[in-house]
Amino acid sequence: MALKVGDKHEQVVIETVNRTHIVKYAGASGDFNPLHHDEGAAQKMAGYPSVFAHGMLSMGLTGRALTDWLGVTALKKYGVRFTKQVWPGDTLTAQLEVTKVEDGLATIKVVTVNQNGESVVEGEAVAAVS
Amino acid sequence: MADELPPLITDEMRAQIGKESAPTTMEVDKTAIRMFARSVGHTDPIYYDEAAAKAAGYRGLVAPPGYLGTPVFNPDAASRRGGGGMFGGPEPSRPLRRILNGGTEIEYLNDICAGDVLTATTHVANYEETKGSLGEMLITTSKTVYKNQDGKVVAISTGTGIRY
Repeated sequence: MALKVGDKHEQVVIETVNRTHIVKYAGASGDFNPLHHDEGAAQKMAGYPSVFAHGMLSMGLTGRALTDWLGVTALKKYGVRFTKQVWPGDTLTAQLEVTKVEDGLATIKVVTVNQNGESVVEGEAVAAVS
Repeated sequence: MADELPPLITDEMRAQIGKESAPTTMEVDKTAIRMFARSVGHTDPIYYDEAAAKAAGYRGLVAPPGYLGTPVFNPDAASRRGGGGMFGGPEPSRPLRRILNGGTEIEYLNDICAGDVLTATTHVANYEETKGSLGEMLITTSKTVYKNQDGKVVAISTGTGIRY
């Protein structure tokens, strides 16, 4: 797709994260670290208030905004840092913006924020543009 | 500053850097693609409907971003810990109680579709210790290369594991 610097796309990628969402991702990814599904383990092992979502779940949710906007074929690189944990009750919005277009490749700044406007995912994607 | 403690990174850990793990077989199958796509909310039919995926020019259902196949369970190897990965391998000089995934980067070099069988090898690229807002932290960077059944590299993933 044709993209130019400054083009933006914003998408709510999950509303009110619950434990079922987290467990579905655990099953789909095979990541059964108890911190993500065992309340007692999350509290006792690590002192967290509750279970929290896998970083890779936030990455996958954000990936949906990327492919809905750009198409899956276009995606050449997708990298993120997990800047804040995602807890049950959170609602996440992906905010994407084209920062560079060069040699048929667009660089896209990726930020996903929670309902308080705090970023939980920050990174960059590179997509082929026509 | 607190009293100086010996480094977290041991000689054994340093010797681990760059060592390739035994290969893991990852199957990219239809059911797993659908489950993964559903778990992150995809609605595009190329992740669910083979006819739609083929009409869009793919060999089969498309692997959604973040899905790089499902490891084939090997009961003989299940009790052994892998040498690589973000949290595997030799232990630091002091036990660290908590782990977090710091980040992941995936470079896509070729299409990944249902029916593909990927071979993944991992190595630790770097260990780093630092003091941050969470106290003393050990940061492990690991790199995994995924090749498909034709020997083509389809993806390279870099993971950052944080122990603190």
